[in-house]
Amino acid sequence: MEYFDTLIVILQSTIRVSVPLILAALAGLYSERAGIFDIGLEGKMLAAAFAGGAAASVFGSAFIGLCAAVFVSVCLAIVHGFASITQRGNQIVSGVAINFIALGATVILGQAWFRQGGRTPQLRDGERFTTVELPFAAELADIPVLGSIYSNLLSGHFLLTYLAFALVPFTWWVLYRTRFGLRLRAVGENPGAVDTAGISVTWMRYRAVICCGILCGVAGAYLSMAMTAGFVKGMTAGKGFIALAALIFAKWKPVNVMFACLLFGFLDAMSIRMQGNPLPFIGMVPVQFMQALPYLLTVILLAGFIGKAIPPRAGGVPYVKER
Amino acid sequence: MKRTLLSFLAIAAMSATAMAADIKPAIIYDLGGKFDKSFNEAAYVGAEKFKTETGIDYRDFEIANDAQREQALRRFAKDGNNPIVMAGFSWAASLEKVAADYPETDFAIIDMVVDAPNVRSVVYKEQEGSFLVGVMAAKASETGTVSFIGGMDIPLIRKFACGYKGGVLATNPDAKVLEAMTGTTPDAWNDPVKGGEITKSQIDQGSDVVYAAAGGTGIGVLQAAADAGKLGIGVDSNQNGLQPGKVLTSMLKRVDVAVYNAFMDAKDDKFSYGFSSLGLAEDGVDYAMDEHNADLVTDEMKAAVEAAKADIIAGKITVHDYMSDNACPY
Repeated sequence: MEYFDTLIVILQSTIRVSVPLILAALAGLYSERAGIFDIGLEGKMLAAAFAGGAAASVFGSAFIGLCAAVFVSVCLAIVHGFASITQRGNQIVSGVAINFIALGATVILGQAWFRQGGRTPQLRDGERFTTVELPFAAELADIPVLGSIYSNLLSGHFLLTYLAFALVPFTWWVLYRTRFGLRLRAVGENPGAVDTAGISVTWMRYRAVICCGILCGVAGAYLSMAMTAGFVKGMTAGKGFIALAALIFAKWKPVNVMFACLLFGFLDAMSIRMQGNPLPFIGMVPVQFMQALPYLLTVILLAGFIGKAIPPRAGGVPYVKER
Repeated sequence: MKRTLLSFLAIAAMSATAMAADIKPAIIYDLGGKFDKSFNEAAYVGAEKFKTETGIDYRDFEIANDAQREQALRRFAKDGNNPIVMAGFSWAASLEKVAADYPETDFAIIDMVVDAPNVRSVVYKEQEGSFLVGVMAAKASETGTVSFIGGMDIPLIRKFACGYKGGVLATNPDAKVLEAMTGTTPDAWNDPVKGGEITKSQIDQGSDVVYAAAGGTGIGVLQAAADAGKLGIGVDSNQNGLQPGKVLTSMLKRVDVAVYNAFMDAKDDKFSYGFSSLGLAEDGVDYAMDEHNADLVTDEMKAAVEAAKADIIAGKITVHDYMSDNACPY
């Protein structure tokens, strides 16, 4: 029973740390499925985290913070879109530029506005998201196993957490069951065919990039307004890149993305939990090993186990109507 | 007569400017940034105190990444700033090079020893201050489990952890002390999300007092502890006000005193070199009491901490220094 409780706690932590990964990886999914590679996920999340923290503290409302986060992230996404769709620039270069802009601009603006070394003021209750209890969580807690799973594991998360998990089937539905999704995928595979059908490749790709911006914005807001209370410089700490790895790992499929992110989140939660505690059967494992595990796993699994990860065929290639 | 008076005035004015130009103090902060509510902010407070007391302005700089270290330091030295104070152990490598190139300039480094004729090194006995907050944590804990969260995994941070553990176990030998480090790269100083996650994990394992020595990460730690209704312990600066009523105390490291003294000594022309180690006896470390934690700290806790403090100063208790042998005996 003690092991079971520990497991529940680790899984709970897994869910918390997976949410920004899932949101960011789904964001990347929309963009990359439409043929726009995006390594600027990290930068967009960071900028959104800052905008969310700043707006929430100035206007005193978590909702306004979320809107500001999404707005800023969408703006950056459109910049990326302008560079790589309209101007046909290199998508990798544009993405890297966005990461750098976000890293520098958040600190400079934060310092200029709040004078706290690039941090935003600490958010009070009401200015940040709070956890919600699912109905009957307290009553059902005493039921063995199932009650514990329901009231400890599933209940007591942020609304954004439920949103993130709801977005996984929603994204699947959009991509595979709607006209928009079909065209979005087609634009990433064979934009010429889409163009022949009389659909604007440019507009399609812009819409995909905007979807990406919205989701990155939510991910950023989750970091600064749900998990913590305020922005701290560089607080994304590489999550955008892990999300990118998860996306490749999952072969650009929504449900796989969720499982890949949960796996990375689980390893992260494990590494936190295992610090200073010996593992059963194995004994003491160095923390550094656990921290490197997600990356090692990506390389190993990609190299041999999950087969070839084939990106959308037109990914990274700007579309030119006439050659 | 008038002419003599005028020339006197002119000479006086000139010598006054000469005097003011004599000392151009400068301070460079570490990566955490000037207003990190912790280590660097303490350095800033010391410099500001000097400025208000003497009216002499100082230059300061916040580096944005490691690559700027040597460049910033060299620039300050070239511009004739003297003395130059560096906050943070990471400056040592750059300082060793630059100090040799500018033998006329006085340097002071905090948290690290650099052996050069024109360098003053100030280190702290963090283990003593951590011992005191450990005593208080053990007294405040109801579960008998307390925990420590470090930033980057380096011997200096292990030193905090070891002193804390010593203080807890000296007060309650049956207590359990959980320890975790945020990471192994400098990113670990600015990762409040992970800090909060580690805090939650430790609270789930029974901890009800969490001591953070982790720079910006500590903000996330104190937040998570307060959210869970547990107590946090701040570090370096007085962080009691970050989560009023939820921060038991803060381990004060008087970086401000070191900065102030370095500037003041330079002004009075008695800047000394070599290394000094500031502990409880020298008021280099302490624990914080203010209106935010007055209700949390009972008279009994305070008495226990004061007794430990007196014993350490008197030499009856020696707190082990992790960095002396890279091991913690507690």
